Amino acid sequence: MSKPRLVLIGNGMAGVRTVEELLKIKPDHYDITIFGAEPHPNYNRILLSPVLAGEMTIQEIVLNELDWYREKGIKLHTGKQIARIDRVNRKVVADDGTEEYYDRLLIATGSTPFMLPIPGNDLPGVIGYRDIKDTDEMIEAARLHKHAVVIGGGLLGLEAANGLKLRGMDVTVVHLGPWLLERQLDEVAGRMLQKSLEDKGLKFLLETQTEVLIQGESGRVAAVRLKGGMQIPADLVVMAAGIRPNYALAEASGIYCNRGIVVNDTMQTYDPKVYAVGECVSHRGIAYGLVAPLFEQAKVAANHLAGYGIGRYTGSVTSTKLKVTGIDLFSAGDYMGGKDTEEIVLNDPHGGVYKKLVIRDNKLVGGVMYGDTADGPWYFQLLKDGRDIHDIRDSLIFGQSLVGDVGHAGNSKAAAMADSAEVCGCNGVSKGAIVQAIKARGLFTLDEVKKHTKAASSCGSCAGLVEQILASTIGGAYTPAASDKKPLCACTDHSHDQVRKVIREQRLTSIPQAMSFLEWKTPNGCDKCRPALNYYLISTWPHEASDDPQSRFINERAHANIQKDGTYSVVPRMWGGLTTPAELRAIADAAEKYKVPTVKVTGGQRIDLLGVRKEDLPAMWADLNAAGMVSGHAYGKSIRTVKTCVGAEHCRFGTQKSMTMGVKLEKMLFDMYSPHKVKLAVSGCPRNCAEAGIKDVGVIGVDSGYELYIGGNGGIKTEVAQFLCKVKTDEEVMEYSGAFLQLYREEGWYLERTCHYLERVGLDYVKSKILEDEEGRKAYYFRLLDSLKDARDPWATSREPQAIKQFIPIAVAVDA
Amino acid sequence: MSNWKPVCPLEDIPQLGSRIVRPSTGGDIAIFRSAADEVFALHDKCPHKGGPLSQGIVHGKRVTCPLHGWNIGLDDGQAVAPDVGGCRKFAVRVDNGMVMLAV
Repeated sequence: MSKPRLVLIGNGMAGVRTVEELLKIKPDHYDITIFGAEPHPNYNRILLSPVLAGEMTIQEIVLNELDWYREKGIKLHTGKQIARIDRVNRKVVADDGTEEYYDRLLIATGSTPFMLPIPGNDLPGVIGYRDIKDTDEMIEAARLHKHAVVIGGGLLGLEAANGLKLRGMDVTVVHLGPWLLERQLDEVAGRMLQKSLEDKGLKFLLETQTEVLIQGESGRVAAVRLKGGMQIPADLVVMAAGIRPNYALAEASGIYCNRGIVVNDTMQTYDPKVYAVGECVSHRGIAYGLVAPLFEQAKVAANHLAGYGIGRYTGSVTSTKLKVTGIDLFSAGDYMGGKDTEEIVLNDPHGGVYKKLVIRDNKLVGGVMYGDTADGPWYFQLLKDGRDIHDIRDSLIFGQSLVGDVGHAGNSKAAAMADSAEVCGCNGVSKGAIVQAIKARGLFTLDEVKKHTKAASSCGSCAGLVEQILASTIGGAYTPAASDKKPLCACTDHSHDQVRKVIREQRLTSIPQAMSFLEWKTPNGCDKCRPALNYYLISTWPHEASDDPQSRFINERAHANIQKDGTYSVVPRMWGGLTTPAELRAIADAAEKYKVPTVKVTGGQRIDLLGVRKEDLPAMWADLNAAGMVSGHAYGKSIRTVKTCVGAEHCRFGTQKSMTMGVKLEKMLFDMYSPHKVKLAVSGCPRNCAEAGIKDVGVIGVDSGYELYIGGNGGIKTEVAQFLCKVKTDEEVMEYSGAFLQLYREEGWYLERTCHYLERVGLDYVKSKILEDEEGRKAYYFRLLDSLKDARDPWATSREPQAIKQFIPIAVAVDA
Repeated sequence: MSNWKPVCPLEDIPQLGSRIVRPSTGGDIAIFRSAADEVFALHDKCPHKGGPLSQGIVHGKRVTCPLHGWNIGLDDGQAVAPDVGGCRKFAVRVDNGMVMLAV
């Protein structure tokens, strides 16, 4: 049986992206044919401005080379315009007579520049700004001519004007609006932008209407006459007064259009065999002109074309960045505000910084930034997530405060960084290398940048910075998904929250069961999703779901930390950092017996034996177990240590017995697995020698009881723990901190530390669960204790006959 | 000439797991078992920085190196794009439930 045929009209970013998404989820389903009116393969239209500015070449912006079409078995017709769609016979006919039959048709005809209906708009030298041909024509004009007029002070117009100026032309921008970019900026930011562009040599005529384009002796345009009579010379006129969805073809075939091809939430037109995506589409009355929404549409259309029928496109909130080198502006959402909104404004005209945040009902709904856009992506994420900002309102305008992130020399502003500056301190990746990869390989997402450059793929502390670089390189094309909708990994479209919810509601207890119910795209997942699923299953159904060792990272299978040379490190638990001469003697004996090359005291108040061969692990554990010691879980996404100071037992300042309290907490939490590692500390007085302020749960003894702090972090992101509450007794310390940890265990995303969890949900939320709801708190605490009731020492269980096999290599005699 | 040697019963390798084979001549070999009970054998050394692939998470016909997360194809020993590199592979098969390796 032959395959169904899919025909795509429009070889541009939206259409080809849909085909790519389709091939990803259902390769070989269709025979695919693509028609493109331009003579080029699919290229990155967003980067035409850098090409015009001389910062890139056409070759560099090609997204899919001709080889790609060949490899995928796609029939490509370039330079052919479709003349009509014959929906009765299900075929399309090109202007040269080429015909193709379809079973499904995808229309992605994009948009056309709006040419002002004024006399002279068809003269030579008058162009729109849309494709490679227009760009070439502008470059050519800049070589031969002097004066350029750009009509329209929007994003495209300003990028065109900037490029022409850089190519040596004298450029005037004629703009009807009261300030530049009035669809993206408020007046203050618009004026600041104008000032910077004037400093670069551009000229502006605002609130000015163009009346006539005047022909010169050569036949080419020579001047522009404005309303009021003023006349300015112009050898080149670029019309950038907006775009119009290009739907004439669809409309002529009888498909319902209304300022665009009307589609439903599955990107289907009124003809069920015909889908449409991109700028030609009218979705819920909106036609999008930025690329990010188009990609979201592409994903949905591909899913329905594949016959899976999952996913709806419900519209997009967009953000904007102007791709003019040296100018930093960012705007998103409802940046003007209205009667029912409040504004937080920071205005430093002299320093060239302006920020405005628009808030409605305690939620960020829009914002404009000029001069300092470092926090643009963060604000945009808050906006998309609809996070209640009440608890961070007082510092919101100052940004996310990236100063706590380490490993990139305190750099937090992408635009100001030199190309040679190191962004990722783990993998030694510079800003220049990232920008290069984004441009050369056509990357659009953080994940793609991680894969290709390795930046942000280790500790992740520079992820925010990489996102900024991405945003400033590709402008409005960069749109992160709302956090709660981000897929867990490439194996699924479901988010962490969705997966957790389904596991709970459907009582799923095994990985194959979960993957099949959630329609995983890969047969057995990957190294990202399997450990996450395994954790979600065992944390949701502690006594029912069985642990899958093959879905755990090696450290949690070998109960030891793998080192760079493949050996392991062994850390026996020292409750609360306390030990005894007998334990120390046993550790010393083990170190000698197994020839441990390095013995080190850790930051968590215990002893690390480094360089142990894997096959020695079980015997070494047996020796340590015999001396009464158990695993320190120094390797796991689990309880690590409870650090303590000496406290009231010995210290002359101590107010509480911090060592005793610490041991109690550590015993309670023994063998607790969690989304990420968990560290606690107990200090006996406010001098806080145990450094409780940078722990997931910090307990500080005061004369009248204990203060509890949560969500601190001393590693990747130095984050001071936030005050949760004050309690009186040891039992309350256990109940409150246990309840918080159980909340985190039930709601945290895999590999999310408590500080990131807290940032996501907000302290108010945690207080509402733990402080304001006594019954709820007790229930969390009970569930924690219940799931820990069958805690076992993994060192003991891993020595059982079946488990021990993985530690022993199989010797094979080979004749040399 | 390759020489088929018995290694272990198939059930001694967990599904989506691996075992290390240590030839008397040196150079550890990792033997992997997929969910569909196919077996693969690779030099136990990631082309990136020499990490022990036998300790990685196995998924589909790939293993993820435990050190820095490179993905290596089990059937060809090649790194998955965009990473580039490869490690030696060995012939391996299952005979009556016994894993046989050509060394």
